[in-house]
Amino acid sequence: MSTLVFLEHADGVIQKGSLGVLSKAASMDSETAGVLIGAGVGDLAADAAKYGAAKVFVADDPALESPLPQPRVDVISSLVGEQGFDNVLFGASVLASDIAGGVSARLGAGLNWDLGDIDMSGDVVGQRNALGDTVQIDVGWTSTPRLALFRSGSFEATEQPGAGAVENVGASLEDFSSKATLVGQDKEESEGPSIEEADILVTGGRGLGDPSGFGILEELASALGGAVASTRAVVDSDWYPYATQIGQTGKTVAPKLYIGAGVSGAIQHKVGMQSSQTIVAINKDPNAPIFDFSDVGIVGDLHEIVPKLTELVKARKG
Amino acid sequence: MKIAVCVKEVPDQGPSRRMDPGSLRMDRSGDKSLNEYDRNAVEAALSIKEAAGDGEVVLISMGPEKALDSMRKALAMGADRAVLVADDAATGSDLVATSNVLAAALERESADLVLFGQQASDGEGAVLWASIAEKLKMPVVSQVSEMDLNGSTVSAKRQTENGYDRIEAPLPVVVAVADSLNEPRYPSLKGIMAAKKKPQETLSLSDLGVDASAAGEAGSRTTVSALGEPPSRGETMMIEDEGGDSAEKILEFLVERKFA
Repeated sequence: MSTLVFLEHADGVIQKGSLGVLSKAASMDSETAGVLIGAGVGDLAADAAKYGAAKVFVADDPALESPLPQPRVDVISSLVGEQGFDNVLFGASVLASDIAGGVSARLGAGLNWDLGDIDMSGDVVGQRNALGDTVQIDVGWTSTPRLALFRSGSFEATEQPGAGAVENVGASLEDFSSKATLVGQDKEESEGPSIEEADILVTGGRGLGDPSGFGILEELASALGGAVASTRAVVDSDWYPYATQIGQTGKTVAPKLYIGAGVSGAIQHKVGMQSSQTIVAINKDPNAPIFDFSDVGIVGDLHEIVPKLTELVKARKG
Repeated sequence: MKIAVCVKEVPDQGPSRRMDPGSLRMDRSGDKSLNEYDRNAVEAALSIKEAAGDGEVVLISMGPEKALDSMRKALAMGADRAVLVADDAATGSDLVATSNVLAAALERESADLVLFGQQASDGEGAVLWASIAEKLKMPVVSQVSEMDLNGSTVSAKRQTENGYDRIEAPLPVVVAVADSLNEPRYPSLKGIMAAKKKPQETLSLSDLGVDASAAGEAGSRTTVSALGEPPSRGETMMIEDEGGDSAEKILEFLVERKFA
């Protein structure tokens, strides 16, 4: 068996989600390779080796600089055609989803998405929580290559030595793949990790009362070394940026620790965060739905509890 | 300017929504409606048509014949006609099979702009547009939160995990819109009445020249093999904030779990 993992990168760093998928694949399949696509990305190959890549294919070309999906469909499809990979795996993202959909159509290859786990010990079986995580389904593929997108946070990025032999590959692009062009980028002004990359998330909801309430959450997040996230209700009210929104119309996150402050836990928020390892909720309403799926629930005033908790955390860390 | 909008009829969200343990497919026997996110794509198509002063908005879907009921909701918003691929041989189509069928229906229309909503609430995939663009050999832009059409160029702002990308692409193009793009209009009573008389076409796979082996289970490359319960989280430890010591109790828990 041989497996190829798409290694997404931004600002000169391979995304944690990609490294998680890579290390999971490498732990099951010794012939796991990574593919890096971009301009000036060759140096990242060594990082892929640390997470178990036996081989790293590098497509380094100025034409591949913009993070657009279709040129990457061209590179991955021809690589799979030449090397005959059995599995092609992606950590889910806006970019990776578009690439996977394109590769599926190009190669006529089955794609399963939103997977939380995969077992390659016998017939390859993927596991996915579907319908707002109300049902768990086992999914399979009837042909190779098998394509899969994994939900963010599914796998820990675990260091393990890989040979990391670098092989450069060319980029021969289809006409239509180069028609969409990137004309500009607006980076989010938020500091620290994006909410999908953070291990600890402090999330604010409508219960904060007003936008200034995010100040105390930022202090707690900073004390814990995490990031601040938000709900749809507060983003719709322009209290906090969309990039921090968790939920059905925002992002799906799975941090090690999720702290919700004034978050009621509506279903559309729940589907975006219920895979969090540990959930702590603070809400003054004892009937808030979030308490049904929290590990710890505190009924009380977040404006008193959060600043006090921040002080305690700071004091403990010295 | 011809705009095709791909729409889907989905089971209503709620406790009755389920997978059928017999067929291992979505249970589509209950109440259904137009996928909520598709209304943003319909709205986008209508505003482009209105700004241009002319054009046609065509709805494209695949599903059972009854799915026309949901498509009429989009006709009532103002779309001009509906094309539904309804064929028993297409039942159980996965991404590969669905792309084969929908791409054929779209090729028949030769639209300048093909629009999608940001996700179907039942499949939760958000990948179909990329497959369709590949099949139609068109550029694709997804997660579009702002869109302008200048002549024959689409300028779009795309939301990603890292911020926003501004992307330009020439027509014909496939665009998947985010629900933050617009506020979909509600159908007027007049719109609802007019919808009944608008052209509503039902096509079979053979009408499209799609071989039955390319659709349904035969054309699919993925399977569902088992259903189960998602793992439960266990009991919630509840703390009432009496005496104001709950911050201490949270810290204790965070320390125990090695977060602080």
